[in-house]
Amino acid sequence: MKNNKEPEVNLELAIQHGLNEEEWLKILDILGRKPNYTELGVFSVMWSEHCSYKNSIAMIKTLPRSGSRLLVGAGEENAGLVDIGDGLAIAFKIESHNHPSALEPFQGAATGVGGILRDVFTMGARPIASLNSLRFGPLSVPRNRYLFDEVVKGIAHYGNCMGVPTVGGEVYFDECYTGNPLVNAMTIGLVKHDRVTSAISKGVGNTVMIVGSSTGRDGIHGATFASVELSEESEEKRSSVQVGDPFTEKLLLEATLELARKNYLIGIQDMGAAGIACSSSEMSAKGESGMILNLNKVPMREPDMTPYEIMLSESQERMLVVIRRGFEKEVKKIFEKWDLNCVEIGEVTSSASLELFMNGKKVGALPAWDLVLGGGAPVYERETKKPAYIKTVRSKNLKNIPEPNDYNAALLKVISVPSIADKSWIYHQYDHTVRTNTAVPPGGSAAVIRIKGTKKAIASATDGNGRYTYLNPRRGGAIAVAESARNVVCTGAKPIAITNCLNFGNPYDPEIYYQFKEAILGMGEACRVFNTPVTGGNVSFYNESPKGAIYPTPVVGMVGLIEDVNHITTSYFKNDGDFIVMLGTLKGELGGSEYLKVTHNLVAGDAPAIDLPFEKRVHNACLESIRNGIVNSAIDISDGGLAVALAEACIGNPEKSLGASVYISRKLRDDEIFFGESQSVIILSISEHSLLKMEQIAAKNIVPCFTIGRVKDNGRLKLNESVDLSLDDIKSAYENTIPEIMKLAL
Amino acid sequence: MKFGVVVFPGSNCEHDAYYVLKKVLSAEVFYIWHKETSLRLFDAIILPGGFSYGDYLRAGAVARFSPVMKEIVEYAKDGGPVLGICNGFQILLEAGLLPGALIANAGLRFLCQDVFLKVGSTDSAFTKTYTEGQVLKMPIAHYHGNYFADEEVLKCLQDEDRIAFQYSSAEGDISEQYNPNGSKLNIAGIFNENKNVLGMMPHPERAAEKILSSEDGLGIFKSLLENN
Repeated sequence: MKNNKEPEVNLELAIQHGLNEEEWLKILDILGRKPNYTELGVFSVMWSEHCSYKNSIAMIKTLPRSGSRLLVGAGEENAGLVDIGDGLAIAFKIESHNHPSALEPFQGAATGVGGILRDVFTMGARPIASLNSLRFGPLSVPRNRYLFDEVVKGIAHYGNCMGVPTVGGEVYFDECYTGNPLVNAMTIGLVKHDRVTSAISKGVGNTVMIVGSSTGRDGIHGATFASVELSEESEEKRSSVQVGDPFTEKLLLEATLELARKNYLIGIQDMGAAGIACSSSEMSAKGESGMILNLNKVPMREPDMTPYEIMLSESQERMLVVIRRGFEKEVKKIFEKWDLNCVEIGEVTSSASLELFMNGKKVGALPAWDLVLGGGAPVYERETKKPAYIKTVRSKNLKNIPEPNDYNAALLKVISVPSIADKSWIYHQYDHTVRTNTAVPPGGSAAVIRIKGTKKAIASATDGNGRYTYLNPRRGGAIAVAESARNVVCTGAKPIAITNCLNFGNPYDPEIYYQFKEAILGMGEACRVFNTPVTGGNVSFYNESPKGAIYPTPVVGMVGLIEDVNHITTSYFKNDGDFIVMLGTLKGELGGSEYLKVTHNLVAGDAPAIDLPFEKRVHNACLESIRNGIVNSAIDISDGGLAVALAEACIGNPEKSLGASVYISRKLRDDEIFFGESQSVIILSISEHSLLKMEQIAAKNIVPCFTIGRVKDNGRLKLNESVDLSLDDIKSAYENTIPEIMKLAL
Repeated sequence: MKFGVVVFPGSNCEHDAYYVLKKVLSAEVFYIWHKETSLRLFDAIILPGGFSYGDYLRAGAVARFSPVMKEIVEYAKDGGPVLGICNGFQILLEAGLLPGALIANAGLRFLCQDVFLKVGSTDSAFTKTYTEGQVLKMPIAHYHGNYFADEEVLKCLQDEDRIAFQYSSAEGDISEQYNPNGSKLNIAGIFNENKNVLGMMPHPERAAEKILSSEDGLGIFKSLLENN
């Protein structure tokens, strides 16, 4: 690599770096000259979709991003920050690592987890829980089994070693994700108000330090790679995938939290996409300052690295730290204790630009503000066009599909598809009990984490339905928020804020941009009704394989607050003889349902209707009844409909399964009642003497409330006259699917 | 009674053990950084779970060279009670304080789930508050938890009443179907010859409060407190 001649910088090279002509001209204009190779590299990663959000930021700004609990809003810091009282706040965010995981699933998923953990602890917050949202192609395809297996192992590898419990998530399997799986990772951290740190650089003369791992050539142009579609040639870019070391990250976590307590700390930012380039420019832009960086001082893993490589490296487990001048020794002492690098590489200046030096020679000068999102980075609003397919799929008349002859078989079939079936094969590989806070483990509506030293707990769930969003992008976006809110409500939590991960295809395709725009509008409407602002998140475009784009898949990570741990509610039946009560109304909507896909191989109709103010009333009724202590279990209707919700409530009790007999008077076909995925419906079990109170609460909230059956300790689930199944049969169909399939993976 | 919880680089269950002792049982407890070399102050030492040194090379293989380990070996030889949980158990094996080895789970996957344990010996500083044959519920969370030892060692452990816990059914039935990781004799925890060192894969500190669905792990810490 010695005497490595830098290529000549021109428009052609800029285009190879993923920039377009307009952006190239803008760079010339900003600098007043041609950039050198290093400067071009920095512009290209900073203005990549991944870092600049150039095609999404205008739409994202339409989402509600303020609220009384928000201490730090979306985009201000690495993660949003929400007050939960008692002088405490939670920092949380979800992020995608889709493209790396498509090529190198283990490391791709592992570093996805590592990246989101750093985003949270760089704010001074200790990570207390992680979740994820995953999509793969069908498990009948060996490559998909391999991806699924390795992604789960990668998440486990990183999260388990870090000692952060992975407490929840969701996974779906569909043809559209073959070749382009989705791996979205979320982390929630806890921080005292006065310990919050900021990603800022200011104060002329202050010292800039790099801490953590050494810098290597790994991951150069990862951000650019994430900003194009996957193709046959993508395999060549495997070296763009970083390699994670959770052990070093664990040390970095502890050292960072020690540093966060010190008042000489000015700012700190983790290095993820675009490495030093991104952290130095964002911190400087935020502090309206500049920075001298002596790149040769950066601890390097390999000899002869060029300024270009050092600036763009995405080596993991590193942070950029700005401290008050004179406290370098104190900082070094902390990092030395944890056996980590800690080196001064520069100082803060008043110039507003990043001045790059290599062995005393100036190798670049870049105005920080012009590089960053919210500064000079380009902003585009793309054309939209309503996709032609929407009319075709929605016009399908679902009234004519044949009714099953055997409803027992139909239920067993629906409950045993991998998207619905038991996920314990996955979460048993994740340490979900470390930190001794997991009050409701994975497997229920939402996970619940108690907050030590308070009476409070946090409930969290991830949700998104690509099929609904494909059929009706606006409803799909709204339902992702509504369902995640409903999930945390079922545990007794009031929804307080969301983070979102927006997984879409190529934004330059007007039909894709239509899906994107509509889905965001839907999410915004729902967030406004539930008063759950968006604290931050991530956009992942270009989720396309040679076979086409994925379903538009907006994923919501919802966080809810439980004021009193005594209100924590689980999803399974508890007592023989309890009454089964339904809040909300079944409308028999089969459009976009799992049942339609599984039994009729149809993705058609419209997504289920959603009346947001009504949904909110259902939440209120459910929470009020939980807080009155009358609810023994709560589960919402989602994928697979009423039948699946009831089956899960029957077999979910780890101590003992309990049967149920349910009768619903027919205005609809049985398959519409059992498998329709109507929104805003929650199934509760309550004791007989609480029925009247329940009805009063429902009436007060103007929510329909029907008793639909009883819990029975008879080992059977009965629905109308159509379903009569032993719980053992349901359990084996539900529990064996994924382990049986994955035996083939080893 | 002063407890010490050792912190290695990569330990991640030290806060959990500390919390149980300090907040649930109101005991006196201190962290011991792995470079410490004096343990005389402490009445019991806990090696917590985690991934010390990233489990690089082999779980526990690097941690056993930490300065504190030389002291712990001495401390144990002098009869001081030492409890190794999960990664702590692995370190105790690597340090030669307990016999045998922990190899990868039979299913070759990390396993985090509740298990049932049948108490073997109640004749120890760690288990005396339990009753003979009592069944406990607590979680495991490990990849290398498959206990292996040769026939001679296994026989010795049985003959000397040194099997602390075995994986079982909720009713206490010890058979292969209740063995989560392939351990010989369903072994979940063992003692040294003098029964002042206990290594166990399940996490008693994660089963010490009602809100965590089991309090069965408390007995171990209460037994240690009773020693005073």
